[in-house]
Amino acid sequence: MAYEKVNELNLKDTELRLGLPGSGQVKEEQEVSCVRSNKRQHQSDNEEESTPPTKTQIVGWPPVRSYRKNNNSVVSYVKVSMDGAPYLRKIDLKTYKNYSELLKELENMFKFTIGEYSEREGYRGSGVVPTYEDKDGDWMLVGDVPWDMFPSSCKRLRIMKGSDALALDSAL
Amino acid sequence: MSEDDEDQSPATDLRSQPPCSPNKSRNCISSSQTFPDHVLENVLENVLQFLDSRCDRNAASLVCKLWWKVEGLTRSEVFIGNCYALSPARLTQRFKRVRSLLLKGKPRFADFNLMPADWGANFAPWVSTMAKAYPWLEKVDLKRMFVTDDDLALLAESFPGFKELILVCCEGFGTSGIAVVANKCRKLKVLDLIESDVTDDEVDWVSCFPEDVTCLESLAFDCVEAPINFKALEGLVGRSPLLRKLRLNRFVSLEEVHRLLLLGAPQLTSLGTGSFSRGDQSQQEPPDYAAAFRACKSVVCLSGFRELMPEYLPAILPVCANLTSLNFSYANISPDMFKPIIHNCHKLQIFWALDSICDEGLQAVAATCKELRELRIFPFDPREDTEGPVSELGLQAISEGCRKLESLLYFCQHMTNAALIAMSHNCPELTVFRLCIMGRLRPDHVTGKAMDEGFGAIVKNCKKLTRLAVSGLLTDQAFRYMGEYGKLIRTLSVAFAGDSDMALRHVLEGCPRLQKLEIRDSPFGDVALRSGMHRYYNMRFVWMSACRLTMGCCKDVARAMPNLVVEVIGSDDDDVNRDYVETLYMYRSLDGPRKDAPQFVTIL
Repeated sequence: MAYEKVNELNLKDTELRLGLPGSGQVKEEQEVSCVRSNKRQHQSDNEEESTPPTKTQIVGWPPVRSYRKNNNSVVSYVKVSMDGAPYLRKIDLKTYKNYSELLKELENMFKFTIGEYSEREGYRGSGVVPTYEDKDGDWMLVGDVPWDMFPSSCKRLRIMKGSDALALDSAL
Repeated sequence: MSEDDEDQSPATDLRSQPPCSPNKSRNCISSSQTFPDHVLENVLENVLQFLDSRCDRNAASLVCKLWWKVEGLTRSEVFIGNCYALSPARLTQRFKRVRSLLLKGKPRFADFNLMPADWGANFAPWVSTMAKAYPWLEKVDLKRMFVTDDDLALLAESFPGFKELILVCCEGFGTSGIAVVANKCRKLKVLDLIESDVTDDEVDWVSCFPEDVTCLESLAFDCVEAPINFKALEGLVGRSPLLRKLRLNRFVSLEEVHRLLLLGAPQLTSLGTGSFSRGDQSQQEPPDYAAAFRACKSVVCLSGFRELMPEYLPAILPVCANLTSLNFSYANISPDMFKPIIHNCHKLQIFWALDSICDEGLQAVAATCKELRELRIFPFDPREDTEGPVSELGLQAISEGCRKLESLLYFCQHMTNAALIAMSHNCPELTVFRLCIMGRLRPDHVTGKAMDEGFGAIVKNCKKLTRLAVSGLLTDQAFRYMGEYGKLIRTLSVAFAGDSDMALRHVLEGCPRLQKLEIRDSPFGDVALRSGMHRYYNMRFVWMSACRLTMGCCKDVARAMPNLVVEVIGSDDDDVNRDYVETLYMYRSLDGPRKDAPQFVTIL
């Protein structure tokens, strides 16, 4: 069981969890398996102990206090670009408590509205899709990972619109 | 720096009845019959007041009824390792003149989200009881307790001579509670907030200190995630002539630290810098930071370095030669940035850092820091399957260079038995050995074998070992070694290890000094639990989560041991398998099960 304490609220209910159709399900299962994998291992007598469980994030492992983990998100300022805008902006991710605050700020900054989002289908309707580049250099949809992991994994933000966004929309 | 300090002696003997009948002739003052009791008491009081050590005091209190009583009158420092081992009322009944209280609450695994919030460890009943009983209380030191602003307010109002408040890994309060303490505790010498979760109530607590000269000797607020009024802080430092230790938070910029140092640097012995980066990137020349550090002639302990801009690191060079303690564990420093610094730290005894310094950095430590006693290497990227910049190479180098090493905490991705065996031979002074191989169930990455021999060598050759944390792939054999050789072990942490109940049995049957046992995700079940029943009254606590315990067995243990509180912690929507015990936390208690247990805790 996960007792993730994020700003003293259990944000599991309000977490954005986005992905391609079908992938949402897998993520759900992965989430569940990481939450209950400890239990699953030991409930069934047939379970083998020698094979390591799936490499999902196990709660409380490695045993590093969240206080330390939070401090290691060294760079908090990230560049934000929007397709078609003449110049970039910089924002401090640490000043936001969750995705909705971040997205609201981006909407204000660049004068656009993000469409309706759903877990399965991402951002639909407005032709605007917020994406980010993560530590491994891959471009991800904003909202994929739990908020408290986001500042440390996000290197830069890009708000896609126009044809790129439409292509993404239809892929979803 | 106080993460998981070891306590040196067993828990206070707080039984309500004196231990032996007064008729037995253990009274070593043979002429006692000729003196009236109160004279004898006075004599004893005058003698016993010199006893400082807990161990000695516990022993003295066992001599006879009179000694028990007088010891209770003269004990001024009380240590309570588990706040639920007794009630506040029992404390105040037994000890009448307490000046200093050290109280610990939640078990350590609560730090890693293995326990729901609101489990307990409330300071409230303690402070309200002590407010009436100990008007002369001077010091409160809490670890992993839940403390509210109201508790702090009551503390500030109830103890006019209050001098020292230390809160380590605590939560439940905010800057408004701190403000009350700052304002009302006029004799305050120490205000140390260490790795605590302090809510930002947007209160300017620094301005709340009284306006005249203060008694402050130590002020640590590096964990307070809230901006502070720097001008007020400057003023405070300026009127605190006794200030020796100052740990700032990351909202104090480097320029501001510079100003503070020019104000009060020569007296400071311990400095925690705030943010080590240029806040205002304006065109003007940066101040001469090195000059500020040059003024720190007495600084022997340095920490902080949040949001580090590495190009400013060389500013600390003037103090390096004097440093006995250096904490870089919040700074992402590369080996190239690190080596020129550590090269000067010949006197270093305590060193904490992130693994970003790599094996190369550790080799530099080994080459220079011959006096090193304590090393802690934390992971910059605490995930399981990353590359890992430190390995057995770094550990081997440390073991060869730092022969006086006593305490180790090391996070890595891979390890070898050979490196552990080498360390066991090179570092005979080791008392604390905590190795965390972050990849679960990882074997020796060179030989492919389990890590049994490595840990076996540690318990066998490090004869002073009192604290051990194991990791990696471990079979029952490793535990056989622990049971056979780990005769002084008091604290043991196990995660994802062992094959069967036998492993835990070896430990429970073989380690007579075991006090604190914390186990997670290991295949130990009822047989193992039952095998330790002869030990549980002599232990502070046992934690077992995600093991193989059943409710039935836990109930049996609870029934057989009435002075043991057996808590089963789990979500109550768990209809699937009611017999399975997710988390067992059990501890001895003089006052029975607690009354403040939340819904998700079942006390058997």
